[in-house]
Amino acid sequence: MKQPGRILLGLYCLLVAVWLVAPTIVVVPMSFNDKKSLAFPPSGFSWQWYQNFFTNPEWSASLIGSLKVAVVTAVFATVIGTLAAFGLDRMKSRVSGVLRALLITPMVVPGVVLAVGIYAVYLDTRLVGTMTGFVLAHTMLAVPFVIIAVSASLEVFDKRLETAAASLGATRLTAFRTVTLPLIAPGILSGLLFAFVTSFDEIIVALFITSPYLKTLPVQIFSSITRDADPTVAAVGTLLFITTSLVIGAGLLICSRQGRR
Amino acid sequence: MASPSTRGAAIDLKSVSKHYGSFIALDKVSLGIKPGEFMTLLGPSGSGKTTTLNVIAGFTEVSSGSLDVGGKSVIGVPAHKRNIGVVFQHYALFPHMTVSRNVAYPLTLRGIANPDREARVRKALDMVKMADFGHRFPSELSGGQQQRVALARAIVFDPPLLLMDEPLGALDKKLREWLQLEIKRIHRELGTTFVYVTHDQEEALVLSDRIAVFNQGRIEQIGTGRQLYDEPETLFVGKFVGDSTILRGAASTSGNETAIDIEGRKVAAAKRLADGAKPVMLLRPEKLSLARRGKGGQGRNTLPGRIGEAIYLGSGSKYEVVLADTSKAIVRSSLDAETFAIGDEVDLVFAGSDVKLLADDENADFTLT
Repeated sequence: MKQPGRILLGLYCLLVAVWLVAPTIVVVPMSFNDKKSLAFPPSGFSWQWYQNFFTNPEWSASLIGSLKVAVVTAVFATVIGTLAAFGLDRMKSRVSGVLRALLITPMVVPGVVLAVGIYAVYLDTRLVGTMTGFVLAHTMLAVPFVIIAVSASLEVFDKRLETAAASLGATRLTAFRTVTLPLIAPGILSGLLFAFVTSFDEIIVALFITSPYLKTLPVQIFSSITRDADPTVAAVGTLLFITTSLVIGAGLLICSRQGRR
Repeated sequence: MASPSTRGAAIDLKSVSKHYGSFIALDKVSLGIKPGEFMTLLGPSGSGKTTTLNVIAGFTEVSSGSLDVGGKSVIGVPAHKRNIGVVFQHYALFPHMTVSRNVAYPLTLRGIANPDREARVRKALDMVKMADFGHRFPSELSGGQQQRVALARAIVFDPPLLLMDEPLGALDKKLREWLQLEIKRIHRELGTTFVYVTHDQEEALVLSDRIAVFNQGRIEQIGTGRQLYDEPETLFVGKFVGDSTILRGAASTSGNETAIDIEGRKVAAAKRLADGAKPVMLLRPEKLSLARRGKGGQGRNTLPGRIGEAIYLGSGSKYEVVLADTSKAIVRSSLDAETFAIGDEVDLVFAGSDVKLLADDENADFTLT
């Protein structure tokens, strides 16, 4: 009696899964197109767009720009976000809830609103198109992810272990370094990964504050596709898809392993 | 290494108070603990025993009063500088370190390097019989094993004082009894001062040289287990330490004798209570005996009652006797004594000289959690 219901449920799940993955899957065959068009399905097979990506200086410069911004952003956001999460966790007053909500706002506020605000401020302070400008903006966007990831691991961390460490002779700093930090490290690491990814595929703010001297990869993709139908975009998309899947997958793996402990 | 007799530190609390807002956790507690002594802080939850331990450990600052450890004031000294071993109810082993690294932790902090460090870790693990588990992680050990490792970690740096906060509270009865003996042995071998917190009066009696009974932020009485059982100074101590029967009624004094009236029967005790205090009578279970109604007990105090509960203990029997005023008496009888069944009409028989006369105290009630 259960069988028909189960089959229906299975079909429904399959439909949702296909719907979620379809846009991504479409990009992959397009990147192997033999003609300069974004036609789907592609008419033939070639590696030329991957070749173009790695040889064309416009593309490689934007890749390097993106990596630089993302790495620096990830480091800053992780340090700031971890300290913030720690402070919020140790705050006894009810203000901590309000503060936490405040620190998470960059995640909730529409990207365009943030972008316009950042652009206005950057025009005055000449930060448009600079490395500093990118890192500042992206760090702000990435900090909430770190706070959430680190807070989650602080929640399960047993603070009484710090008391025990103190009784054994550890100063607060030593206790943090030798006990707290190793135990919340998986949370920090996944925060770091999320921060990196947040910066690496951020487009809205980047479009506003970009310049000919500093372009991130998403900006390059966007300007390339608005100029002409260049399948290099599909090649980049495929590469990004594979890389982010690996990074996020690693992050999830770390989180689940921590959960089991 | 110093000889056992000089190892322990003396502790001296003088009029220590701790307030949390308007809540008084400790109310002018004074307690002197001798070097090498095994002192147990006994009381129901919320009585201030754990707060006292936290004050000695340095986890909680006092609101007022003085605290000396080893002859020196430690007021304002942070926990990590006090050099006091602490064993927690929840073990508090570091889950990311092996047993060996857990035990080595306080030594590493003190700059003790190998091979000395390794030797001391092994010696401490040997002492708690966990030498074969050095490479394991805490999550791979049972509760009892984890607590033994925690004990090794707390004694490995030779602290002159070891504090234990209900260390066996999370373990089952058999294991608890065995570990009590282990703790006693370790105390004897180390010569360190032990301060042990528990709400279990039996555990306190098994372990301690002396016991301080806490109630509502104050110490009711300090003494050996025998003193607390035989000569309780307050009603709370009488009720908390061991089983007891409490008799209440209208009191009258004549000469050196106090009598109370229970449902028309006078019960006399050869003692006087300070004027003004309302007396209650306390009787220990083995000072009471039972007889069938109207048989025996001539020349002694007798009270009529009915058996409410009969419990076979193996080594004897325990009866709960409901008295005429509905209060309950607890009687323990030996194996060869006459046995009774629930509902039997009996007389409760006891000598006036076995009655403890105490001042009534409405704060003597407690709840066990």
